[in-house]
Amino acid sequence: MRKLALALAATAALVLSIGSAAEAADKTKVCFVYVGTRTDGGWTQAHENGRLQVEKEFGDKIETPYLESVPEGPDAERAIERMARSGCSLIFTTSFGFMDPTIAVAKKFPKVKFEHATGFKAADNVATYNSRFYEGRYISGIIAGKLSKTGTAGYIASFPIPEVVMGINAFETGAKSVNPNFKMKVIWVNTWFDPGKEADAAKALIDQGVDILTQHTDTTAPMQVAEQRGVKAFGQASDMIKAGPNVQLTAIIDTWGNYYVKRVKALLDGTWKSEQSWDGLKDGILTMAPYTNMPDDVKKMAEETEAKIKSGELHPFTGPINKQDGTPWLKAGEKADDGTLLGMNFYVEGVDDKLPGK
Amino acid sequence: MSIFEAILLTVITASTPLVIAALGELVTERSGVLNLGVEGMMIMGAVGAFATAQLTGSAYIGIVGGVVSGALFSLLFAFLTLTLVANQVATGLALTILGLGASGMLGEAFVGAPGVRLLPIEIPVLSAIPYVGTVLFKQDLIFYLSILLVIAVNWFLFKSRTGLKIRAIGDNHASAHALGIDVIRMRYLAVMFGGACAGLAGAQLSLIYTPQWTENMSGGRGWIALALVVFSSWRPWRLLAGGYLFGAVTILQLHAQAFGIGVPSQFLSMLPYAATVVVLIIISHNRRTTLINTPASLGKAFVPDR
Repeated sequence: MRKLALALAATAALVLSIGSAAEAADKTKVCFVYVGTRTDGGWTQAHENGRLQVEKEFGDKIETPYLESVPEGPDAERAIERMARSGCSLIFTTSFGFMDPTIAVAKKFPKVKFEHATGFKAADNVATYNSRFYEGRYISGIIAGKLSKTGTAGYIASFPIPEVVMGINAFETGAKSVNPNFKMKVIWVNTWFDPGKEADAAKALIDQGVDILTQHTDTTAPMQVAEQRGVKAFGQASDMIKAGPNVQLTAIIDTWGNYYVKRVKALLDGTWKSEQSWDGLKDGILTMAPYTNMPDDVKKMAEETEAKIKSGELHPFTGPINKQDGTPWLKAGEKADDGTLLGMNFYVEGVDDKLPGK
Repeated sequence: MSIFEAILLTVITASTPLVIAALGELVTERSGVLNLGVEGMMIMGAVGAFATAQLTGSAYIGIVGGVVSGALFSLLFAFLTLTLVANQVATGLALTILGLGASGMLGEAFVGAPGVRLLPIEIPVLSAIPYVGTVLFKQDLIFYLSILLVIAVNWFLFKSRTGLKIRAIGDNHASAHALGIDVIRMRYLAVMFGGACAGLAGAQLSLIYTPQWTENMSGGRGWIALALVVFSSWRPWRLLAGGYLFGAVTILQLHAQAFGIGVPSQFLSMLPYAATVVVLIIISHNRRTTLINTPASLGKAFVPDR
C-alpha cells in the first residue's frame, strides 16, 4: 500500500509541477514528446533516461516538461502544438510516426526549434537524429549465428518501415557471416506496443523451431516468454536483463543522453543549427548491454566485432550481399551508402519472409 | 510436445480473457444494460490483480484483487447510469478512457516489477491422456473457472428463477417492474457481475498471459469481448465457441507468418475483425433469430414511476 500511496503522491506532484512550469518563463524550456510511457522498459524509457541526463547536466537553467503516451496520428500534431504554444524553445519528438506532425507544427512556429528522432524530413528549424541500430543488430546476428542450433532465428517486427527492414537485414547479414545457411523467420505484429501480441508472436516462433529471438517492438514481453521457454534472446532499446536474466545475450541500448546534452548546450550557446545526425556505436549513442549467457569465445568474437565497427574497420553492410531473390546488391568489398540504408525496402538473401507491401 | 498441442495451448491463453470478459458483459446486457466500458474494467482488473499479487506474493490473492477491482470500477458505471440515469453509451466510453488512465497512474510503481505467475494445476489421471491431457487438464485456475462460468451462466440464465427475472427486465423493464421485480437492484448486480468478470479477465492478462504490468496492456481486448457478445447473439455456449474462434484466428495468423505463407501481414492481422463482421452479417441476415435474442430494453434507461 505504501508503494501505491507514493505513486499517487508522485503523480499528484507531477501534475502540479507541469502546471507551475507553464508560468515560469525565465527558464529555457526543453520539451519531450514520447510515444509510450516513461517506464516502458524499452524505447521511451531510453529517451527518458536521456532527458534525466539533460536535467542533471543543466540543473536550474532549464526545465524539461514532457508528454507521454502520445499516439501517432492526428493527436500527435495537437500534442506537439500544445508544447510549442506553452513556450518550449526546443522540442524533441521521439517517434518515427511524429515526423509529419513535427514538420507541420514547425511551419507554424518558426521560432521554436524541433528535433525529430529517426525521421528523414528536416527544415530550417527541424533537425533529425537517429542511431545506427543496425550496427548492434549485426553484432546480435553474429552471436545468433554462432549459438543457434537450429540455424534459425525469430524476429518480431513492428511495421515495415526502412528502419525495421534494415535491422532485419543487418541481423541476417551478421548471422550469415558466421553461418552461411542461417535463416530467419519474421512475424509482423503491426504494433510497437502490445505485450500480449508480442508474447504470442514469440511463442509462435519458438513453437516453430527458432531457438533465438530478437525483436523490434517495445515491451519486455518477448524476453519474458524467452525466459520461460529457455530460449536465448536479445533486448531492444533498453537493457532487458531483468526480464530475462538467464537468456538475454545482449541488448541494443539507445543512449540518447549525450546527444541531448550536446544539442541543449548548442541551444543555450545560440549555435543550434538544423542538422541530420546519424551516429552509432563509435559516438556512444548506441551501446551494447554486457554480453552474457554465452560461451567465452562467442563473447570475445562479439567484442572484437564491436571494436571493429567502432574503429571503422568494419561496415556491417559490406558486399558481397545478394537481395532475397538472389540478385546481387553489393559487389565484394562495396559498402552500402546511407541513402540506400535509410530507404531500405528489400530483404537480403536468407530472410524467410515476404516483405509486406511488396 | 507437438506443435499441434503448442498451438492449442497458446490459443487457449489468448481466448480465455475474451471469453470471461464477454460472458460478464452478456449477463449485463441480458439485464438490459449496455456497458461499453469493458476495456476500462479489464485494465483496472489487470492492474488490481498485478498489484495485489505483487504485494501479497500470492497469485491467487491477485485473482481476488482483480475481480474486486473490476467489480468496484463497474459500480461507478452502475451508479451513474442506473441511479443518476446518465446515458449508457457515453458513460461506458468514459469508463474505458478513465480506466486506461487511472490504471496507468495506479500501476506506475509496479512497472518492471518481476510479477507473480499463476502456475498451472495438473489434474491427475486426466492430464495423462495424450494430446487432450496437456491442453485441457494442465491449465491454470482461471481457465478452469472460465469453463465453469460458461456452464454456470448458461444454467443460471435459462434454468434458474433469478435468471428468468434478469431476462425479463432485459426484455421489458416496465412489465417486470409491474410484477414487483426490483429492476434497479437486479441491474446493479448484473453490472457488477460484468465488472467482476472483466476484472478476472484482466487478472488473466497480468498473471498468466504476460505476467507483468505495462500500461495499456489490455490492447483492445475489451472491444473484441464486446463484439463477441453480439457475435454470440447473447448465448453463453455460442460465446465460448466464438471466443475460441477469435483466439484461434489471432494465433494462427502469427503461425502463418512464421511459416512464411505469402499473405500480407496486415491482412492477417485484420482477420479476427473481418471474421466478426462476416459473422455479424450472417447472424443479422436472419432477422427473426436476432430479434428473439436481443434484449429488447438494451441500453434504455429505467426510471421507476413511484
